[in-house]
Amino acid sequence: MCRLAAITSDKHFSPMENILALETMKEGNDGSGLGLTMKNLDGEFGKLKEYPILSGIGTRNGGRVVDEYMDKLGFELLHVWAPKTRKVKGVIPHEYYFARVYNYPEYFRYRSTQEKEDLLLQTRLSLRKLGEADESIFIFSFYPDVLTLKEVGDPLLLGEFFGLDRDEIKAKIIFAQGRQNTNYAIYLYACHPFFLQGYCSMTNGENTAFVPIREFLLSRGFPGYMGYNSDSEVFTHILHYTARQLKLPLPYYKDVITPLTNNEMEKRSDAEALKLLKQSLRPLCIDGPNCVIGFTPDGTCFMMHDSKKLRPGMVAGSKGKYALMSEECGVDRAIPSRDKSRDILPMKYDLVMIPPLAQEVKVWNQLQG
Amino acid sequence: MEPATRLDNNHQLSIREMPYIVRWRDDRCKRCGRCTAACPVKAIEPAVQVQRVVQSEGPVPTPTSVRRVIQVVEQVTDMERYCVGCATCALVCPNEAIEPEMNIQHKLLHYKNKGGDGYKRGGRRNDPSISTLDRLKFTRISMLTDPALDAGRHEFRVRSLLGRILPPSELPLTTVDGKLVVDKRDKFIPPVREIFPIMIGSMSVGALSPPMWEGLAMGIAYLNEVEGMPVVMASGEGGVPARLLKSRFLKYFIIQIASGYFGWDEIIHALPHMIEDPAAIEIKYGQGAKPGDGGLLMAQKVLKLISKIRGVPQFVDLASPPTHQTQYSIEESVAKMIQSMSMAWGFRVPVYPKISGTQTARAVLNNLARNPYAAALSIDGEDGGTGAAYNVSMDKMGHPIASNLRDCYLDLVKQGKQNELPLIAAGGVGKKGNLAANAAALILLGASCVSIGKYIMQAAADCFGDEFNRCNLCNTGKCPRGITTQDPKLYRRLDADRVAERVVEVFKAADIELKKIFAPMGRSTELPIGMADGLSIDDKAMADRLEINYVC
Repeated sequence: MCRLAAITSDKHFSPMENILALETMKEGNDGSGLGLTMKNLDGEFGKLKEYPILSGIGTRNGGRVVDEYMDKLGFELLHVWAPKTRKVKGVIPHEYYFARVYNYPEYFRYRSTQEKEDLLLQTRLSLRKLGEADESIFIFSFYPDVLTLKEVGDPLLLGEFFGLDRDEIKAKIIFAQGRQNTNYAIYLYACHPFFLQGYCSMTNGENTAFVPIREFLLSRGFPGYMGYNSDSEVFTHILHYTARQLKLPLPYYKDVITPLTNNEMEKRSDAEALKLLKQSLRPLCIDGPNCVIGFTPDGTCFMMHDSKKLRPGMVAGSKGKYALMSEECGVDRAIPSRDKSRDILPMKYDLVMIPPLAQEVKVWNQLQG
Repeated sequence: MEPATRLDNNHQLSIREMPYIVRWRDDRCKRCGRCTAACPVKAIEPAVQVQRVVQSEGPVPTPTSVRRVIQVVEQVTDMERYCVGCATCALVCPNEAIEPEMNIQHKLLHYKNKGGDGYKRGGRRNDPSISTLDRLKFTRISMLTDPALDAGRHEFRVRSLLGRILPPSELPLTTVDGKLVVDKRDKFIPPVREIFPIMIGSMSVGALSPPMWEGLAMGIAYLNEVEGMPVVMASGEGGVPARLLKSRFLKYFIIQIASGYFGWDEIIHALPHMIEDPAAIEIKYGQGAKPGDGGLLMAQKVLKLISKIRGVPQFVDLASPPTHQTQYSIEESVAKMIQSMSMAWGFRVPVYPKISGTQTARAVLNNLARNPYAAALSIDGEDGGTGAAYNVSMDKMGHPIASNLRDCYLDLVKQGKQNELPLIAAGGVGKKGNLAANAAALILLGASCVSIGKYIMQAAADCFGDEFNRCNLCNTGKCPRGITTQDPKLYRRLDADRVAERVVEVFKAADIELKKIFAPMGRSTELPIGMADGLSIDDKAMADRLEINYVC
């Protein structure tokens, strides 16, 4: 079972905090990979917030292909960051790790956000396609103020490998997943968190409804709904589909993936709309057992479960810093000094939301709406 | 010279030509006559034989030959009265003195065309081999990678939807203060029913006897109102009893309109008096058991009650045309029939067509997919049953349901409409008794719902029929169980209450078994429609054709 460690804060912090929480939650063989998605960055990225960051890894030749392709499209390279990797036993390094900040092509600089997002998506997908067959390029995200690092290995060793303990990289929202892969191939594109146009999520548990959900998403005609090397990728795409494409407020994400029964719905003031939503999005019901942790483009972080709640998570912390994790010991490691009586173990109807800057926690109850 | 035929019984059939040979035991028979009275086809009759017996009386053996006349039960060798193997004789015999035995050497089809007409019968395709549905296995089991669900503990929702479902992008929703509100202006929201994913398929009031139809209807009402299971039942062609049309139970019934339009005058006249809408309207274009043929109710079944419900004279063959004669093209069928039926109920009732399984099913499907009023598509495969049809149609015409359904589902997936137009699969569901497993397999292949007919007759009313051509007398009005007859002497054998009780038992058991299948696959809250990764088959070609896993 994968371990999930998300922290949201009003101050920038190091991803090592997440990695140490993952280490605390570690059980058994756990070297399938580490995924880190960081939003609201500090340090050298702090002044480049409106410019998209292309995060990925690959071979040297792959790096050259990326350069050529980005040049051809007219993207202007503003800044390059590469982790200063160390030799660590147990980590087989790739040749090239990169996070490159670009300015949009000139003809795109004054376009709408949506148009820019679509350009970034198309570019990411094209680069992915260029390097997928020979595994020379892996692109994880291409979006402003979002940095993604992924590699196969033990999370703690990878933290050391990437030199994350040197505090060069900090952010206000950091999601980390420690993969304990059992059912799919160990592959970088199968590593959480998954990110699409500002929406990000990571999940543990097996998604038994994966195939019908994948078929539904693939047939929406949206180019970003692809990949699916992990059954958990669909959670990010459902979030994107409901929030961005259908423009539904965040709580309806829960109503889509874990719909109420018809009787339960009757008590909601929006029952009529819920009924239609449940029918039309019937194939997106996840059926679990899953714990889903995610964030939206505005920086709101959330956690929810399916109705069976066989993958219970925890949200806890104090004003200014909250942790959303798959296990309590991880929260204890990340935020030891907190009022434990205020810890939240979300129940099956709960959607726990933490607005940006982590000043408060909202628990939205699906029965009440 | 006198022809030899008269002398040596030539041109008479021998008992070996008969599909069933009646085994009668002289030593056990007490000559009560029940078997000969009960035989629905008069395949056996009482006869007398002269017997020579050697006997001895007195203290010293003095064998003498005596000739005496005895009564026997004889099987006739007239193919018009061939033993159908129903075994009603064995059922009524108090001494286990008689039973039919199947004869694989029979030549029924060589001779059953007297008068130049082909062999007609009821039942389903006489193919006892294992169907594709019964070869499908559920091989994706949650266990250690993730906990399996507990069919007895977790909350399960085994429900499906019948009706056209709007694509999410077309939902008339607006957000007001963070909450969704339905904006109904200028937007047609099609009616959708939540139903149990197994329904009772179309069997008409004329094809079934009054207690059989009543029993099914009572069972359905009980399941809905007492058990809370929204099981629906289709009426078949030929109308619905007026009392039901005007009752609150109508909502559990799908009314069928077929090419003969039998009973529709009465239905239309009852419209103003209806207090509930029907569950749906089914337009029958085809039937899996006899593709290309219309409905057929033989004259011997058109008695007073049926003539009244159907609005026709008594004792005439009621043959529906193979197609709806008022229609010119598929486009017109869709436009005219679906819309006019929808209009009759103020667009509050889902209207969908039923076709027989065919290579052209996808063409029909695509036509429906583009019609916003089409509520579903029901496809009836070759193993579907019928009350009356030519044997050649039943045995040789039609398309298996598995690949037909799968093709249609995958076609919808390509268009992104897999959730918009529900597919109802029928034809051979529960053929070997595996009702829940067959239903679940079809659901995983892409069906929203399955339809059963023959199975419920067998399970709820002990129908003798099987794929060895046993009984299959549905067309003759001589059903020995009283299921498919309008003869009160026969149908009084059937107790409607017992049928209803069995219907309830069958559906409750199927519900439990579906959960036992879905639970280990980790599915509980939503029907796993199209979850083909859960299915496997031990034949590579079949696996490739159905786009599922091959296992061995």
